[in-house]
Amino acid sequence: MYSDKVMDHFSNPRNVGEIENADGVGEVGNASCGDIMKIFLKVEDNVIKDVKFKTFGCGAAIATSSMVTEMAIGKTIEEALELTNAAVAEALDGLPAQKLHCSNLAADALHEAIRNYKEKQA
Amino acid sequence: MKRIYMDNNATTAVRAEVLEAMLPFYREQFGNPSSVHWAGRAVSGAVEKAREQVAKLINCSPAEIVFISCGSEGDNMSLKGTVDALRDKGDHIITTTVEHPAILETCKSLEKQGIRVTYLPVDHNGMLNLADLEAAITDKTILISVMWANNETGNLYPIEAIGAIARKYKVRFHTDAVQAVGKVPVDVQKAKVDLLVLSGHKIGAPKGVGAIYIRRGTRLTPFMHGGHQERNRRAGTHNVAGIVGLGVACELAGSHLGEDAARIRRLRDKLEQGIIGAVSEIKLNGHPDPDLRLPNTLNVSFAYIEGESLLLNFDMKGIAASSGSACTSGSLEPSHVMGAMCVDVVLAHSSTRFSLGIDNTEEEVDYVLEVLPPIVQRLREMSPLYNRTEPMTCEECQVIRKVH
Repeated sequence: MYSDKVMDHFSNPRNVGEIENADGVGEVGNASCGDIMKIFLKVEDNVIKDVKFKTFGCGAAIATSSMVTEMAIGKTIEEALELTNAAVAEALDGLPAQKLHCSNLAADALHEAIRNYKEKQA
Repeated sequence: MKRIYMDNNATTAVRAEVLEAMLPFYREQFGNPSSVHWAGRAVSGAVEKAREQVAKLINCSPAEIVFISCGSEGDNMSLKGTVDALRDKGDHIITTTVEHPAILETCKSLEKQGIRVTYLPVDHNGMLNLADLEAAITDKTILISVMWANNETGNLYPIEAIGAIARKYKVRFHTDAVQAVGKVPVDVQKAKVDLLVLSGHKIGAPKGVGAIYIRRGTRLTPFMHGGHQERNRRAGTHNVAGIVGLGVACELAGSHLGEDAARIRRLRDKLEQGIIGAVSEIKLNGHPDPDLRLPNTLNVSFAYIEGESLLLNFDMKGIAASSGSACTSGSLEPSHVMGAMCVDVVLAHSSTRFSLGIDNTEEEVDYVLEVLPPIVQRLREMSPLYNRTEPMTCEECQVIRKVH
């Protein structure tokens, strides 16, 4: 059902955890769908220095969370805002069709964290 | 890697004795039992022997057994065949909110044709209130359909008491006994059921064969039209090998029922107590009294984590179980059974079913108890719901009540 890459990120998720005094925090999803993703950002000079995540959800939810942290680290805020859920799924060699809607929210969570970061800056 | 199968409510392996009995009916004895010639005659006796074996297990006459392809067929046939045969008498069916989709989806389809259906609620333990059942009966009620045992929780319903109520009001009584037959004693006379459905692959026979008990004198419009097989009650060439397998599986189940159930029950209880002892913040789904559940079934929710993630982790350790999470049910909502029991939505997503079978061993239970707690802990530490300090939003903490 899942690609090898999904299973790799699911069984060895990267950047799990929280960042204390994070510059931005974003959470998307809800419990009734079975997916909640929370992303923590550390930003220096407009560049994302560190990303951590916590996720309640299925294999796809955990793998996409892990993948989006890898993809976001080192990117500028503007570059990170261009990351899409589709790009995250593609980087994982695709997701099963039924997961594309319900569990593919990691980029949304990242954008939510960036929005929170910008609010704090303003 | 170890391979531990604890998903016997989904399906079981074909038993060695069953397969051995079936094999001659693919090559040497390949005939059609409806044929008059030597090839047909050679197999018709085998079909009738299987009918006797099935009948003996549930205490009915062989003439009251009709072979079918699966449990869903039997449930469809019972409901649709009753509605068609008794439409002049009434238009009301009573069932429960925790039935298998083979019942619930059939009821939905009948509702579109103007049939009224009462879906009886269950309490937080998943049990029925028989006063609700009795109160729901009207002079237009043509059928009561209540499962013998629930596939997800293992809850056993008071079939004898329901049978007595149905008899009192002269309403036909159907039971989906797919999960009960072969695991607990099933006696159609004691239970006063009129229609009962059982399935081969849940009891060590192959997939693609089952049986329906139709009490003598019960008018039921055939579901499958065609030839005159099964005394005009079910058309279609007999699945001879499958039927032979079903017969042997029923005989084996009947002759070892008490000892198998007791052994499996001990393993299930050990697993249940072991999990309760080792993992905090869990919820047992189903009746807390293990006597009111199937001896092989344990359904438990682990707070803060999601079922599919758990199953994938179990799978990586060779353990096969199942979950009521939306991700594994193929829909956007978690299990309708958990919903009917008003289980908190987060807990419903993590509901995990272990259903044991005759091949499970104590070593396997020990292994599951060894690997399970660290898996749960690892997923919890990854979850934003675990050790959360800020309160949950309303949306997050909502309880699902929607059933259909």
